[in-house]
Amino acid sequence: MCTVCGCGQIGAKTTVQNDKHAHSHDPHEHHHGHHHFGHGAAGVSVAGYSQGRLVQIEQNILSKNDGYADDNRKWFRDHGLLALNLVSSPGAGKTTLLAETLNALKATIPLGVIEGDQETENDADKIRETGVSAIQINTGRGCHLDAHMVGHALQDLPVERGGAVLIENVGNLVCPAAFDLGEACKVVILSVAEGEDKPIKYPDMFAAADLMILSKIDLLPYVDFDVDQAVEYAHRVNPHLEIMKLSAKTGEGLQEWQDWIVVRARAAAAVSKPAPANPKKHAHA
Amino acid sequence: MHELALARSLTTLVDEYAAQQGVDRIKQLNIRLGELSAMTRALHFCFGSASQGTSCEGAILNIEDIPLTVFCDICDSVKTPNGRYSFRCPDCGMPTPTVVTGREMQLVSIELYETSELTPDSPHIEQTPTPKNLAVS
Repeated sequence: MCTVCGCGQIGAKTTVQNDKHAHSHDPHEHHHGHHHFGHGAAGVSVAGYSQGRLVQIEQNILSKNDGYADDNRKWFRDHGLLALNLVSSPGAGKTTLLAETLNALKATIPLGVIEGDQETENDADKIRETGVSAIQINTGRGCHLDAHMVGHALQDLPVERGGAVLIENVGNLVCPAAFDLGEACKVVILSVAEGEDKPIKYPDMFAAADLMILSKIDLLPYVDFDVDQAVEYAHRVNPHLEIMKLSAKTGEGLQEWQDWIVVRARAAAAVSKPAPANPKKHAHA
Repeated sequence: MHELALARSLTTLVDEYAAQQGVDRIKQLNIRLGELSAMTRALHFCFGSASQGTSCEGAILNIEDIPLTVFCDICDSVKTPNGRYSFRCPDCGMPTPTVVTGREMQLVSIELYETSELTPDSPHIEQTPTPKNLAVS
């Protein structure tokens, strides 16, 4: 099997247009059954393709998701709401931070939460204990929320103008980076119990975020986490990344984070147009 | 794992364009992936299974890799950084977060079979009536 692209398991030809990786695997004359990966009579392909009828398209592959994300973004704008997409690896403390944030802010601004996990309603239950409405999305085998799922959840999540919708994505530092949910920004949470090199190990997520929260800083005396190094790595992949340090357990740094949300929620309400009478509905169920 | 979602988005998109062209199988699809999408290898792993039962089944997947380039305000020109996620100008060392190319994930074109290529021996010709055909007959 080709160790670069994984092709060749069934003797199929594979085409990759890349001068670092152009090759052909010997075919085993597959003319029936399923054909995996790229294959065909042409062997290694070159730009220009063949004489077949070519239909020019030029469209983003994730354009369907992006379309739903645009719908969601418009819905948030029309309803005067701030939407944040909270992302981290599993166990970084997203849900605990959320619960503390909701308790501190629920008397100040309207709030709603969308929880994404592969299974269980545990996180939504934990959020509902704060008195804030929460919708749980179970992605099953999926590793990320997409904009379509969030659009449906919004239909069941009443949040008043001037508030914030906090979306807790599936714990995963890879996949959620690629899927726009219509949020105002992604907030990536990195706990000091993890490695300080996470920003360069999982650069897509840190590059996609606007704010990085270093969480669990009450643990700093007990772990080897190098804060300055983490900040340097984060700025290496995203020079504009804003950084906050906090502990949901001791409350240290929480005020700055709460203020950050309130300022943006009020700004979202200020630029918003009046809300339409009907909640957003997708064209299909 | 989101490469599977990406592959399915791709086959769904191609299905729509194939239907517009009045065909149910395509010969080849050409896509463009930026270096920051980090998808080339992953997409190859799952494209075969994601394409089963779609217009892409059996089609050749051509991937054009687009390198990362950034714009350096200080040098006032487009640069190629040293490394995929080192957003610094290789010449002046200043941060260069403005990506010019490298984020692409696009379906560029599809290639259809010529009528002459569609012989009864072709693996892409349905030899048995599809449920849809049965329904109308």
